[in-house]
Amino acid sequence: MSRLKRILDMGELAVTAECGPPKGADPDAILRKADLLSGKVDAINVTDNQTAIVRMSSLAACSLLLSRGLEPVLQVVVRDRNRIALQSDILGASAIGIKNILCLSGDHQSFGNQPQAMGVFDLDSIQLVQTVKNMRDQGTVLGGESLTKSPQLFIGAAANPFADPLELRVIRLAKKIRAGADFIQTQCVYNLQRFQEWMNMIRGKGLTEQVSILAGVTPLKSAGMARYMRDKVAGMDIPDEVITRIEGVPKGKQRKEGIQICVETIQRLKEMQGIKGFHVMAIEWEEAVGEIVERAGLLPRPSLNHDQRQFFYVV
Amino acid sequence: VITAEQKPIEEIRRMIEPYTRILLIGCGSCVAECAAGGEKETAILASALRMAAKMEGKTSVIHEKTVERQCVKDFILPLDECIDDYEAVLSLGCGAGVQAVAELFSHVPILPALNTEFIGETRDQGYWVENCTGCGDCMLYYFGGICPITRCAKQLLNGACGGSRDGKCEVNPEVPCAWQLIFERLSAFNALDRLEEIYPPKDWSKKQGLGPRKIIREDQQRQEV
Repeated sequence: MSRLKRILDMGELAVTAECGPPKGADPDAILRKADLLSGKVDAINVTDNQTAIVRMSSLAACSLLLSRGLEPVLQVVVRDRNRIALQSDILGASAIGIKNILCLSGDHQSFGNQPQAMGVFDLDSIQLVQTVKNMRDQGTVLGGESLTKSPQLFIGAAANPFADPLELRVIRLAKKIRAGADFIQTQCVYNLQRFQEWMNMIRGKGLTEQVSILAGVTPLKSAGMARYMRDKVAGMDIPDEVITRIEGVPKGKQRKEGIQICVETIQRLKEMQGIKGFHVMAIEWEEAVGEIVERAGLLPRPSLNHDQRQFFYVV
Repeated sequence: VITAEQKPIEEIRRMIEPYTRILLIGCGSCVAECAAGGEKETAILASALRMAAKMEGKTSVIHEKTVERQCVKDFILPLDECIDDYEAVLSLGCGAGVQAVAELFSHVPILPALNTEFIGETRDQGYWVENCTGCGDCMLYYFGGICPITRCAKQLLNGACGGSRDGKCEVNPEVPCAWQLIFERLSAFNALDRLEEIYPPKDWSKKQGLGPRKIIREDQQRQEV
């Protein structure tokens, strides 16, 4: 069973991190990153050709993580595969021991290094969630045909509380839950006020009782990165005070400040009712994750006893 | 309208290069509306090609003719009277027009002068926008008269994606987010409940399941006299 699911079921705050496969066929590149996260988080998201740039496949990189005894979350975007390929990969993922999936629409192909590619979008992310759920719980593929064995996957979806319109964000989250999402990983939180507003709305509708919300955080490396993310990355909301704060320290100390902001954000989020964990996306900066989770009081991670389904802490 | 734009003149000249007797055929319907292949554009292209041939010292014969609808057999049948006077036909019809002429006059090379673009609307003078994919199963009722398959960059049936900001699409900040528009229209009609429904995967067999689609209407068949 998914370790991530068991930790959430036990009422512990879960911690996940993100790991981007390399732009090459080198297995060590992903394993090096994964090793940095080992013991610091409960599961590791492996991105699926993020920003529409060709990289080692998420499924293969997840398999490499499994070989290290780590628990991956397979990210799957609907941009590159039709329903036949998606369902086939879901079966394959479960067969090799992947236990978590994150269903996404994916960054549009025009952003990446293959802008001439045909965007598939045969399913959307909500339909993918529903498809995985039906495969798991009904043992059927789209169209109703039975599987010989159901894939066992803990199903995740994304939510962006900062995109517009806010009311539609809430409607859409409810749809993702009805479609079958077990957990939600959010867009990076910098604008705590807007995030709180969204949390209040979804809690008011009882949605936080139906799904585990993992709040996304990303440490800023520099003021330049902060401005770039604000201006160029779709769906990102970085308030001026965050930019001013990181601009206010000398270049050599901006990484440290970025970690500090990230730790403070997690501490503020911990006080918000309904948050079940954190998703730390340290982009090409996996070294930072250990320090962030430690200083945020999220270490040690619970260790699960497989036989008795009890858990104890590794000290 | 079905919209199109003229190919670059160099590309057209490369295609007609082997021929000295060429007939340009314009179309008076959609491509006239979008100012790409109507009578006027056909005349302009013909004189540009004649001038270019003259400059090169070639003695090409380039004539032009515009039919009312190049994609309708009845309108192109009369070309039978003159088409054999030419070695090639340069069609300023949409892709359907080019192929209709090619089908009917299979012994003559038919060359396309246009790039066919999309099914859309003339929104203003010189301004056309795409708004229909021809999916074969119209869902405009559910989405307040705005087609997400055509107008959302990710074809989401359960949008919006996380990239919508200030009502604009992440792919092109000039373009409104289709889902923002859908949301606003459905709000205005108190029909936001339609967005709570999970729309299932689209049945694409209605568009591409059995190859090129055709419609045969029994009630429209020619009556025997």
